[in-house]
Amino acid sequence: MELFLAFAKMSLAGFGGVLGWARRAIVDQHRWMTAEEFNETFALCHILPGPNIVNLSFVFGSRFGGFAGGCAAFAGLIGPPMLIATVLAALYARFGDLDALRRALAGVACAAVGLLIAVVLRMMLPLIRKRDAIGMLILVAVLIAIGVLKLPLPAVLLIAIPSSLVITYFWRMRGQA
Amino acid sequence: MNGPGQIWTLMWTFGLMSLFAVGGANSAIPEMHRVAVDINHWMTDRQFADVFAISQLSPGPNVLIVTLIGYSVAGFLGAIAATLAMCGPTAILAYYVSRLLVRSSSSRWPAIIQAALVPLSIGLMAASALILARTSDNSWMALLITIAAAILATATRLSPLWMMAVGGLLGFAGVI
Repeated sequence: MELFLAFAKMSLAGFGGVLGWARRAIVDQHRWMTAEEFNETFALCHILPGPNIVNLSFVFGSRFGGFAGGCAAFAGLIGPPMLIATVLAALYARFGDLDALRRALAGVACAAVGLLIAVVLRMMLPLIRKRDAIGMLILVAVLIAIGVLKLPLPAVLLIAIPSSLVITYFWRMRGQA
Repeated sequence: MNGPGQIWTLMWTFGLMSLFAVGGANSAIPEMHRVAVDINHWMTDRQFADVFAISQLSPGPNVLIVTLIGYSVAGFLGAIAATLAMCGPTAILAYYVSRLLVRSSSSRWPAIIQAALVPLSIGLMAASALILARTSDNSWMALLITIAAAILATATRLSPLWMMAVGGLLGFAGVI
């Protein structure tokens, strides 16, 4: 129950991403994990596919309360925001045709795209600092395949993941030799 | 268009998609757009941009865009079905993998896998931004708002809510 409440609180506080709030709650406030444990767990959830903060909630909850704990944390994270989003969706379905609302939403969408671009830029910074040419190449290749050519995601990943793994592996071997 | 058939399609679509969402829900936005707009014609380009805006406006993890797509296809049940399908399988996968890793730790494979996947997931998110920009930036003013928000969010620690509020106000005023 405590898990449910804690995760519900952090997800409701988290506008535009819950990660920062999750770290604050788990590491600083409740001291359920050290910062290192948190980073390790998050890295794992980041490697695995799917919404990573959702994965984190389940892995984290299950570590403390077994399967039921995982479900409690998961439900806390997803449940309340899902209700809010559903209400908003219902409002949109009813009033979405109003001209003023459409204009306002279009404005919000423009700003939200800008925010997403900012996230991408921030994540790219380490690659640029390290002068990671291979990483940038993979990044641009994926961007073109998905964003410009609009190829299906599974097909792109089935090629991109193995090739990226192989390239990265041999690059590291070479670096160590 | 409501019915068990739609719900089943939603669950199947998002359940499968979640397994390919490397780096989080935002990485899968191009695929969502392709499936929802281009293939199934669940919504128009413009509705997709609206749904994205709403998902960013509501608190919680950004996987909520899936909830909204599900709702617009098959109502309340569709919202729940789509969200669970997107989150459930990968959460359980993460659960088993983390238990496995606790037992046999200290391998360097996680580091290599991560180094290989990070550029991939950034590329996917950049593609998301590109596709969303194409659907929502239909005028110079709109493009300007996007660029301004990108710069402000990169350079300052201003809350994202402010920028979305200003964008919404400008849109409401009919500037875009």
